[in-house]
Amino acid sequence: MFHRLTAAMLAATALTTPAMAQDVTLTIESWRNDDLPIWQEKIIPAFEAAHPGIKLNFAPSAPAEYNAVLNSKLEAGSAGDIITCRPFDASLQMFDKGQLADLTDLPGMANFSDVAKSGWSTDDGSKTFCVPMASVIHGFIYNKSAFDELGLTEPKTVDEFFATLDKIEEEGSYVPMAMGTADQWEAATMGYQNIGPNYWKGEEGRKALIAGTAKLTDPQFVAPLEQLAKWGPYLGDGYQAQTYPDSQNLFTLGRAAIFPAGSWEIGIFGPQIAGAFEMGAFPPPVPASGDKCYISDHTDIGIGLNAASKNADAARTFLDWVASPEFATLYANALPGFFPLSNAEVKLDDPLAQEFISWRGECESTIRSSYQILSRGTPNLENEMWNVSASVINGTVTPADGAKKLQDGLESWYKPGEATAPVAN
Amino acid sequence: MKRAHILVFLAPAVIVYTVIMVLPLFATLQLSLFRDGGFVGLQNFRTLFGDTRWSASFWNALGNNLWFFIVHMLVQNPIGILLAALLSSPRLRGAAFYRTAIFVPTILSFVVVGFIWKLILSPIWGIAPGMLDAVGLKSLFSPWLGKEGSALTTLALISVWQFVGIPMMLIYAALLSIPDEVLEAAEMDGVTGWSQFWKIKLPLILPSIGIISILTFVGNFNAFDLIYVAQGALAGPNFSTDILGTFFYRTFFGFQLQLGDPNMGATIATVMFGIILAVVCVYLFAIQTRLRRYQF
Repeated sequence: MFHRLTAAMLAATALTTPAMAQDVTLTIESWRNDDLPIWQEKIIPAFEAAHPGIKLNFAPSAPAEYNAVLNSKLEAGSAGDIITCRPFDASLQMFDKGQLADLTDLPGMANFSDVAKSGWSTDDGSKTFCVPMASVIHGFIYNKSAFDELGLTEPKTVDEFFATLDKIEEEGSYVPMAMGTADQWEAATMGYQNIGPNYWKGEEGRKALIAGTAKLTDPQFVAPLEQLAKWGPYLGDGYQAQTYPDSQNLFTLGRAAIFPAGSWEIGIFGPQIAGAFEMGAFPPPVPASGDKCYISDHTDIGIGLNAASKNADAARTFLDWVASPEFATLYANALPGFFPLSNAEVKLDDPLAQEFISWRGECESTIRSSYQILSRGTPNLENEMWNVSASVINGTVTPADGAKKLQDGLESWYKPGEATAPVAN
Repeated sequence: MKRAHILVFLAPAVIVYTVIMVLPLFATLQLSLFRDGGFVGLQNFRTLFGDTRWSASFWNALGNNLWFFIVHMLVQNPIGILLAALLSSPRLRGAAFYRTAIFVPTILSFVVVGFIWKLILSPIWGIAPGMLDAVGLKSLFSPWLGKEGSALTTLALISVWQFVGIPMMLIYAALLSIPDEVLEAAEMDGVTGWSQFWKIKLPLILPSIGIISILTFVGNFNAFDLIYVAQGALAGPNFSTDILGTFFYRTFFGFQLQLGDPNMGATIATVMFGIILAVVCVYLFAIQTRLRRYQF
């Protein structure tokens, strides 16, 4: 009787958990194993202090395996109560299968714009199934001390960018740019998707691709590949076998001057560099002086509710807290470089993170072009972009051929305007 | 039922084997005949071989896999035999040490081997460029794992380094089992040294070489771990190291934004099973039955 009563109260109030409730433990599935200390030291204590009776267990798995592991767990019914959501189709498919609960009516959802929710909403935007947690912004992080030493300034245009690279190369004490093509995704994510929006005008180009009014072989989509093709000579010796951690280490050890980056690096680089040199950041240079700038401000992490969870009420309480400004501030400062998507005003302490987020004021934001709808079929556009971007930098494929491969692959299954189900086949 | 005890004693193994091996195998075969929950006959196989993209990926993976196997056959097994011949030489000192040292990599995990070699060959931190530099051959170094032309061969050689101990041990055991009488008789007839190896020992260890070849084949066509650890599931650069195992993994479990497709994955798994089964059958019925066995 007592339990029924508390359950009823939980359901009725949902927002504030009565202290007399028996403790429930919510298990959180995530691919962010880097964040384990932050959850354990900051987020979980803050939540548990405010919500006695609910305990959190943050249980991350390796990023590369997360989707596969999570799918198996969901099928087997052994997944945790809270699911960290990848943006777009991976989560949409789970929602369609009834594995993620509908969170449209969660009170905290009012704190988010439609763009912020786009990564975790149905195609028509009517239902939202994950609370948007964070976005990442692309740009270039540079070694400010090295720039000062060589008398360089932040490049604004593509020409200035290559002039800067040439100077660093000539001077010889730094590798101009730290990036490798061995892991492939760096070339696509920190290369193509980083510099691309300036050419295809952000959302305009991305939506045109979805609508079918633009092709990946159009000049605005080939131009970023042409720029990438010129990057090779500025990358370190043997960049073809250089992995992502190699690139990170090259930069943090002060051996490279520029790092094509995602803002998530801020939290990683800061402690590693430990003040050995100063960092700065500049947005992707525009093709011609005075052009409007566009940045990739990509919705990256959301958090949702396992529809099969036995602790749905407690989980909703938690998710509502995640949607609150309190969480946004806590999270953004604990993880500089992951920017809250909430409309609430959030104060950031990290200067580099402030620099990145300041671009939201100067430039138009967009998300990665291949993420919404266009990676639903086989061949998968995102994976093809990895392959093509890396091959273009390696010089084994020309920009034109690479673009043709992308467009041919997309056309083979995507018919603009027709509804495509978010499934693999 | 005088022989009921045979059934009783066989039962545990048969039951366990059936539950964890045979049933899943048939479930996989069954999965490959379905799509979106409905039976579609051989449609998935038609897609795999008929669709230009699927078939290009498949033939690329099969070709790479074949090259992976060829490198093993040409490098691993001859070296294994050579090492075994050296080890079995009575004049060699410290044979036990060499035997152990050469066998040790075999017991290492793929993850460890892949990681160590990636570091050794790293153009930035690796010791390979430094070592070549020390002997004035720095110009020979290139980022082998990152180049389309050399990545697969490099990986195959890493795998050879890891597993050369297995053919060595098997051949070594076979060489030791050759009775001294046979060798003494050969010496009486004037067959010594290399000609003794070619004419007496090699024919006697041929069945072992056959078994090693088939083990190598099965191992290579099921390989996955090393490529996955060293090059990732996209088997770069430009799919030059994609073998059937990584192709299967990407298809079945999905990768990054690509969602898993269990039906096509099962189709690839079935084809892999078919290839391995066919070759093993050819070996068992056409080759092994013709190998001469000597009874001493």
